[in-house]
Amino acid sequence: MQPATGLENDLPEPALLSPGQVLWQRARHHSGFLLGGTGLALIIILAIAAPLIAPYGPSEQDLLQRLKPPMWADGGSAIHILGTDQLGRDYFSRLLYGARLSLIIGLSAMLISGIIGSTLGIVAGYFGGRIDLAITFLITSRLSMPVVLIALAVAAVFGSSLETVILILGFLLWDGFAVVARSSTIQIRDTEYLLAARALGMPLWRLILTELLPNIKDALIVVATLEMAHAILLESALSFLGLGVQPPLPSWGLMIAEGKDYLLFEPWLIMIPGTALFMLVMSINLLGDGLRDISAPEGRS
Amino acid sequence: MSNAVLSLDQVSKAYRVRQGLFGRKLPLHALQDIAFSLQKGEVVGLVGESGCGKSTLAKILLGLLNPSKGTVSMYGQPIADMPLRERASRVQPIFQDPYSSLNPRKTVAQIVGLPLNLLGIKSADRNRQVTDMLDLVGLPQRAAGSFPSQLSGGQRQRVAIARALIARPEILICDEPTSALDVSVQSQILNLLQDLRDELNLTLLLISHNLAVVRHMSDRVVVMYLGRIVEEAETQALFDSPQHPYTHALLDTVLRPVPGQGLPYLDIQGEFPNPIRPPSGCAFHPRCKLAMDRCKSERPVLSASDGHRSACFLHDVN
Repeated sequence: MQPATGLENDLPEPALLSPGQVLWQRARHHSGFLLGGTGLALIIILAIAAPLIAPYGPSEQDLLQRLKPPMWADGGSAIHILGTDQLGRDYFSRLLYGARLSLIIGLSAMLISGIIGSTLGIVAGYFGGRIDLAITFLITSRLSMPVVLIALAVAAVFGSSLETVILILGFLLWDGFAVVARSSTIQIRDTEYLLAARALGMPLWRLILTELLPNIKDALIVVATLEMAHAILLESALSFLGLGVQPPLPSWGLMIAEGKDYLLFEPWLIMIPGTALFMLVMSINLLGDGLRDISAPEGRS
Repeated sequence: MSNAVLSLDQVSKAYRVRQGLFGRKLPLHALQDIAFSLQKGEVVGLVGESGCGKSTLAKILLGLLNPSKGTVSMYGQPIADMPLRERASRVQPIFQDPYSSLNPRKTVAQIVGLPLNLLGIKSADRNRQVTDMLDLVGLPQRAAGSFPSQLSGGQRQRVAIARALIARPEILICDEPTSALDVSVQSQILNLLQDLRDELNLTLLLISHNLAVVRHMSDRVVVMYLGRIVEEAETQALFDSPQHPYTHALLDTVLRPVPGQGLPYLDIQGEFPNPIRPPSGCAFHPRCKLAMDRCKSERPVLSASDGHRSACFLHDVN
């Protein structure tokens, strides 16, 4: 067979980048994305390496060393860098192990809600019609529920532990995923590359996983970061109110709750976990905003 | 018609469309009693204005939509009974817009290899066939690793053609294959299609607005108006002596390369009718200057005289 003639065979290649390269180019120049990414990466590394870095165990008590101030304050020492709490536990070690807890809860809740929400959203968007009506009704019902109240009520009924907190948050935070997955799916449902895949006889599940999902994943990743930050904040709130993670686990919300009795005399007990929480959520949100700008620069608002 | 690769028998498609928020659902007849066939190795042009049902027909032929009535058969076997994969390996589409017909997240090699992937062909074998195919459609080998966004419109359409042809189908349904391309690139794609047809003995259904393209490419032309075939003839016969007034008007819209002639005068009035409330009798009568009283009450049927079929009382053999 002879190759067909083509006059435009010179690829205008060097100037044009692949989608991945384009994203990387934009990412490199986005300060919010870089700041958030670095912050989150740092916290993740500290959390993973907690057993190596932490000078004490997270629940190791030393009742002779109670309520020591951090090393830079009067009376502080390098033995306890961030001081100790009311039971003489090393605050720095608890903070490191607390980061693990926050990240685990944030990630697991985000994964559960991501799977529920994306599935519902894609199904609603792709099939439309009555299925869409039913799922949209479900989303609206979920949006009209007060998250914190329901989480409190469920935790009060089923008892609170790490697992229940993860499940409660996972089953409550899927609405963002569902809304975004639905609208993105509707946008590309009728594109010709999906028609072409259907004309090839591609099975539906494969079409959704290999043709549709890669094209909406950027939007879903942005939602994922926001929901992760949301889950971490809610966990802290639940733990603060005593219905989340139970002592002696070193949750940041729990640390704030335990420190609130000493608010006037030992304010660092609240300030340290509060700052840590603020930095984690801030990093994740900066990363999410950055990802949105990078993946959809034309839709920036 | 034992020789027909693909034949349509009284195919109709109706959608139900709601009028207003609380209105009743009314049927919209996108296609009505379409009957024609494609012979092996033939190029059939399908023309008609926007909304006449051309694209619905293409989707039915590809098996993406089921007809409300009638059957589409391949070598006499209804395609509705065929397994999805078998149908897919014999009929393939080429879409209008190469900017949306290729998945932006996949490389050219992945896009072109997808049909083979679905047939379960091993990757070494697949790569060799993809390489051959890129060669055949006139794309350089280094295009294999690039993404659609890195290619020009003409190159993308070549990728779409390569994807359609790699599993060696017999029939290509080309839905406006060149209308989204630069004029300079259009002829290259059309020539490529013609070359490939000769080499691979393909049967082509060419759906187009562009009468020059249809005339250049097709052996036979089918003209549609409001969901029905109004005329069908050999290309030469249709362009030389159109029988239906609609075909006449359609041919008159072609700009002629005569200096100072200006825009063509159209012997056609009014607008395309609302397909939910089609005109009585012959659907074309409100716009036809040759309309008779009979046209308003009776609908002419498609009747043939030596292979030239038309649905108009002016040429009614009875």
